[in-house]
Amino acid sequence: MRASVIVFPGSNCDRDVAVSLEQAIGKAPDMVWHGNSDVPDSDIIVLPGGFSFGDYLRCGSMAAHSPIMRDVIKKAKDGVPVLGICNGFQILTESGLLPGVLIRNNSLNFICRDVHLRVERDDTLFTNRYSMRQIIKVPVAHHDGNYFADNETLARVEGEGQVAFRYCNEDGQIVDDANPNGSLNNIAGVYNETGRILGLMPHPERLADAALGGIDGKAMFASLLETVH
Amino acid sequence: MKARIKITLKNGVLDPQGKAIQNALGALGFDGVDDVRQGKYIEVELGQTDRDAAEGQVDKMCRDLLANMVIEDYEFELEGGE
Repeated sequence: MRASVIVFPGSNCDRDVAVSLEQAIGKAPDMVWHGNSDVPDSDIIVLPGGFSFGDYLRCGSMAAHSPIMRDVIKKAKDGVPVLGICNGFQILTESGLLPGVLIRNNSLNFICRDVHLRVERDDTLFTNRYSMRQIIKVPVAHHDGNYFADNETLARVEGEGQVAFRYCNEDGQIVDDANPNGSLNNIAGVYNETGRILGLMPHPERLADAALGGIDGKAMFASLLETVH
Repeated sequence: MKARIKITLKNGVLDPQGKAIQNALGALGFDGVDDVRQGKYIEVELGQTDRDAAEGQVDKMCRDLLANMVIEDYEFELEGGE
């Protein structure tokens, strides 16, 4: 299995996610500079967190037009799985691979803390090592993670089972108090129509090793190994 | 030729920054501020001198990069040219 991590100017979670991938699949991923035109043959492409292009104009808007994205979009449309974490999620919505958009947190604050998530699907290549409705703890660290979509898009995302994770409290309840940023329906992550592209604001790679204080994120990378060959 | 581009949030899109500005205006004693919406203003200098061509070019700029059509609307005016 081969993984590629796309590195944009301003990416800062690329090495963390590379460590998580290597632990799961036993092989270091290819680190691919955004200015390249081709992604090497990969079983999974990861767009990491960070502040690509300084978050200028809109988060992820410049990176969505980086030269490498033409090939990422092509490969994604051919069915290559793509995972976007935090800024990577923003890049995926800006490039049109995922529905909706991430706007400024409703508190206007940058939020950096652990949150609880409820796993909404356990049948995808990213989540088969989790169980349905499992409550996991992973950190968020963002200023613009407030998921928004127009009514029609939101109804489609909900209706087609494209919600991957929701912010919840410790007991798994989807309540306003557990929503860190104002996201519609407490949405923390979404899939595309085929479930092969996932974007999420929380950082599974930051709690994927006991030394970091938690391993709830580890199952996502282990899931990939299980399903992608 | 210069393009003056105005980008605004679509109706119904939450604007936390606009809300914060509204609250700040209230705190400063400005009464009767019913709503505040924040947008962006961008000026682009164009080498293009043909107005129609410039219009098409700026329109494409807005759709491809400057505005996110999921949440934003745009309008622009051109200054100079023929």
